[in-house]
Amino acid sequence: MQNLTQQVPLLFFGAVAGVAAMAAVGVVAFGSAIRSALCLVLNFFLLSILYFTLGSQTLGIIQIVVYTGAIMVLFLFVIMLLNLGGIKILHEKRDPRLILGGVLGLGLFALIATQILLPLQRVTQPRAAQDFGKPESLGVTLFSGYVWPFELASFLLLIGIVGSILLAKRRILPSERQEDSVRSLESGEVAG
Amino acid sequence: MTGLLTNFYADALTRDTWWIQLIRVLLLIVPILTLVPGLIWWERRLLSWMQDRVGPNRVGPWGLLQPIADGVKLFFKEDITPAAVDRAIYFMAPAIALFPAFALGATMPWGSVDPDSPYRLLTPVADVPIGILYMMAVSSLGVYGVVLGGYASNNKYSLLGGLRSSAQLISYELAMGVSLACIVLASGSLRMTDMVKVQEGPLWGIGGLPIQNWFFFTPYGFLAGVIFLICMVAETNRAPFDLPEAENELIAGYHTEYSSMKFAVYFMGEYAAMFVFSGIFAAVFLGGWNPLPIRWEAIGLGGLNHFLKILGPLFFITKMAFGISVYIWLRATLPRLRYDQLMDLGWKSLLPLAALNLIGIATWQYVSSVYGAGTAIPVGTAFVILAAIILGFVLITRKANARDFKPRTVRYVDAGKGSVEVAETGAPS
Repeated sequence: MQNLTQQVPLLFFGAVAGVAAMAAVGVVAFGSAIRSALCLVLNFFLLSILYFTLGSQTLGIIQIVVYTGAIMVLFLFVIMLLNLGGIKILHEKRDPRLILGGVLGLGLFALIATQILLPLQRVTQPRAAQDFGKPESLGVTLFSGYVWPFELASFLLLIGIVGSILLAKRRILPSERQEDSVRSLESGEVAG
Repeated sequence: MTGLLTNFYADALTRDTWWIQLIRVLLLIVPILTLVPGLIWWERRLLSWMQDRVGPNRVGPWGLLQPIADGVKLFFKEDITPAAVDRAIYFMAPAIALFPAFALGATMPWGSVDPDSPYRLLTPVADVPIGILYMMAVSSLGVYGVVLGGYASNNKYSLLGGLRSSAQLISYELAMGVSLACIVLASGSLRMTDMVKVQEGPLWGIGGLPIQNWFFFTPYGFLAGVIFLICMVAETNRAPFDLPEAENELIAGYHTEYSSMKFAVYFMGEYAAMFVFSGIFAAVFLGGWNPLPIRWEAIGLGGLNHFLKILGPLFFITKMAFGISVYIWLRATLPRLRYDQLMDLGWKSLLPLAALNLIGIATWQYVSSVYGAGTAIPVGTAFVILAAIILGFVLITRKANARDFKPRTVRYVDAGKGSVEVAETGAPS
């Protein structure tokens, strides 16, 4: 019985990780853009569950809030706006570059695997510290030791937002400004 | 007797006992499932009353069995699957819509979790230290059911409904997150049971006051509460934010192509989400299970606390019913927003207001912690006055701008004749 209860988390981890890996394959294997995006959603969602099983609740929930709940919704939004509807529209022909890509992918996998597996062999204590990944310890770390990188990152994001608005906004010349309402009526647009 | 009242459980039972866990889940899901028909009845009756009608009154006493009749009708309706739908996603979408509605309440405490409470093992389903973040995360998943249903239906109106929904939910989630961040700052915890606990303290942190510190009674909490209320209406796609299913523009929006039980599942998801959001509002802003904002121990009636704790869920349900009535009240009162008004409200009004509120509560907390509890009141007053001045300034300048509108010269293009000048905004003569 004891043995069984100890294996349940491992089985659970295996199931979730397996489906996550299959979803990751599905992202590149599916022909339709919307299916790929959905696979990515599933993958992100299951990754957050993996974070939960590792006791890192904050990271897991932030994974859902940021990636599953916001970024992937925007992805879907864009895909639907572009209307990449056809199921087979993204189907690629046999391409010699696929082999090269496969080899490089396997190489990357091997590189990461060696980096992860070697340190893992020395691990004797399977559980993290008691308050690892809790919002309190994360907050204290973020706002004491890493306060400068944190603030700088927020500035970087702000600059990114302002920059994207500058790039996306239609340029209005001074001469155009007066005529704007007339122009929009003429071209049949509905002024927002 | 006292032993029975204080010691509800055998010592061996903990929150981790498997059947206690099962009961916890069932005590969340089953009430939602059983109360949704009642909620539909209440909506139709209250709406009728507000609109000077009678409403459903034929099936059963006061029409109480009407939702059951509707359910039977939905079961026996023909389940039509249009030929051109994306079948896999079409069938999954209602289920995806239902999942977050039920998962949302997992961190919501509907009773006291104090050691002398009979509900300490039964609520919430998971008392995790990230409670309110979990709520944010799951509510952000709610958009998928709508978007995928809209996409898979292969109908342009459904697609437009889905697109509107995704834009709307992303916009309002921001303001909702910031308004909840204010409460996190005020209560110092992300755990929802802690949030209720903080609200049982004295109002504004002043020791002797016999009034509980429900966040809705604090200036920052009131503002955050109003913002949260607006955002939760938008998150559940309810009037006046029901643009994804605007009948006059999009037939029925994202669920146009859904019939019979698949439609019923969408319907159920929406009402369950309303229910749980009302509960979260009650827990975060209206003091959770506490019946009245009175600290009984401060006026010498501390013995009452235990009795009220046992009745707690009753008061919690009452507050939920109040929240749902507000939903229905809004639906009866306000016309649907236009898309640009929706975006303006979300991005230009609610988000800056919530951010301002966050600065306010941070100042309040700092002043309270440095100079003592009561001293935050002058700061709060100054903050409210400042906010009123800013609001007044914005309103006055807006009015002044409105006065600047003069009859405009607008050129219309008339086919064949070139442009026609018209002195005032109106149709070309």
